[in-house]
Amino acid sequence: MSNRALQNTLAVFKREFMAYFNSPVFYVIVVIFLLATNGFTFFFSRLLDSDDVSLATRFFVWHPWIYTVLAPAVGMRLWSEEHRLGTIELLMTMPVSPWQAILGKFLAAAVIWLIGLALTFLIVGTVSYLGDPDSGPIISGYVASYLYAMACLAVTSAISAFTRSQVVCFIISVAFCLVIALIGDPGLTQTVVNAVPNGMEGIVRFISYFSFMDHFFEMTKGIFVLRDVLYFVSVIVVALLVTDLGLRSKRA
Amino acid sequence: MIQVKNLIKVFGTKVAVDDVSFSVEKGEVLGFLGPNGAGKSTTMRMVTGYFRPTSGSVNICGIDMLEEAEQAKQHLGYLPENAPLYSDMTVASFLGFCAELRGLHGAERTRAIDRVLDLCFLDSVRNQSVDTLSKGYRHRTCFAQSIIHDPDVLILDEPTDGLDPNQKHEVRSMIKRMGKDKAIIFSTHILEEVEAACSRAIIIDRGKVVADGTPESLKKLVPGANSLDEVFRSITKSDTAVKKAA
Repeated sequence: MSNRALQNTLAVFKREFMAYFNSPVFYVIVVIFLLATNGFTFFFSRLLDSDDVSLATRFFVWHPWIYTVLAPAVGMRLWSEEHRLGTIELLMTMPVSPWQAILGKFLAAAVIWLIGLALTFLIVGTVSYLGDPDSGPIISGYVASYLYAMACLAVTSAISAFTRSQVVCFIISVAFCLVIALIGDPGLTQTVVNAVPNGMEGIVRFISYFSFMDHFFEMTKGIFVLRDVLYFVSVIVVALLVTDLGLRSKRA
Repeated sequence: MIQVKNLIKVFGTKVAVDDVSFSVEKGEVLGFLGPNGAGKSTTMRMVTGYFRPTSGSVNICGIDMLEEAEQAKQHLGYLPENAPLYSDMTVASFLGFCAELRGLHGAERTRAIDRVLDLCFLDSVRNQSVDTLSKGYRHRTCFAQSIIHDPDVLILDEPTDGLDPNQKHEVRSMIKRMGKDKAIIFSTHILEEVEAACSRAIIIDRGKVVADGTPESLKKLVPGANSLDEVFRSITKSDTAVKKAA
């Protein structure tokens, strides 16, 4: 990236980042995120009643479901708001390439999410105080969790490029994230495999392979495989490409 | 400085802009006239690089808008219709953001912000949230954004829409003043404005240029007309007239 391109991306990033702090969105989402992660971990997974301090099955396991709802809530304003206010016309007639704007905005939401995720550090403190957990699975769990959130966020960014309504963007994004989480469920996959005619099992298994879940759980187990990281990165890249497509189609 | 050749824009089956060509030189202020839905905004959006033309070319200061959009946009200031603003920002931070996207940083950026705040009489609201501004101030803030980098080419879509008579007068005289060393296009419904501020005017109707000339020469187009108003009415067909005929 040239110097100018970097400055443009940074300018968009800064504006978008500050916009989160200037509205209640950031605070509401972070509070709900922390309540949800800690609530699920302590009350449903009963972290304190067990003598197991690994976080994978009690803490990270809830993250995909929380992200399914909260990542669209963070990302829905990215482009919908520009369309609604008409500021997209300003932004796209500035000497800024669409990619600089897309990256700047996505990174702003990504850093917001990094702050939210970092604020869950207390749970790491808790298990470290109570026991002696392996740091490997915790680190890879956090990486997996963050990548999952980024994938949901990128999908939301893509959908927001197509609509001026934040509500429409939110609902479609949640539905999309939910479906892509569910298709990997082993029970569901088995049911569908039993239901479809012979020879179709391959297709069902192929579709279920696209779920975020498999890749997520592999990583939270502490198996840090490049394949899973690349999977999430490629989902993000494709979603951002679709964002570009959406912006182009609106300006056609 | 602005060269527009054979611009065509088709939305679905509707031809919004049909083979529009014109050029504007430095020191010219071009008034863009036409009834609602005639294709004024669409043409301006293509000139500014927001819409991609179905065919035709746009050239800004010798740079092709379709080939090198970012370089061409650097020479351009644009006030979109309805003056859109980021509602969560203050006037000064909004202008700062626009300055940064224009490549102005540090002291240059501060100077540019102060200059336009002063030019557009926005000093009193510089730290006010855009959300709380009245329509006139909102309009001026967006106008300030379009001149923050002192562009060679200025494109203003209804710059006086929604302003009170004093503000209208102020904007008009500002356009006239800046027109001396820039190429300016502005669209309007108000015909006195054309006589007050423009060196040339184009009338567009149903996507086509139907008249192009100085305000005086336009008056001569229709024999017996003593105002631009009459000229405008006789050469553009209003929707109601078409309905009556049908």
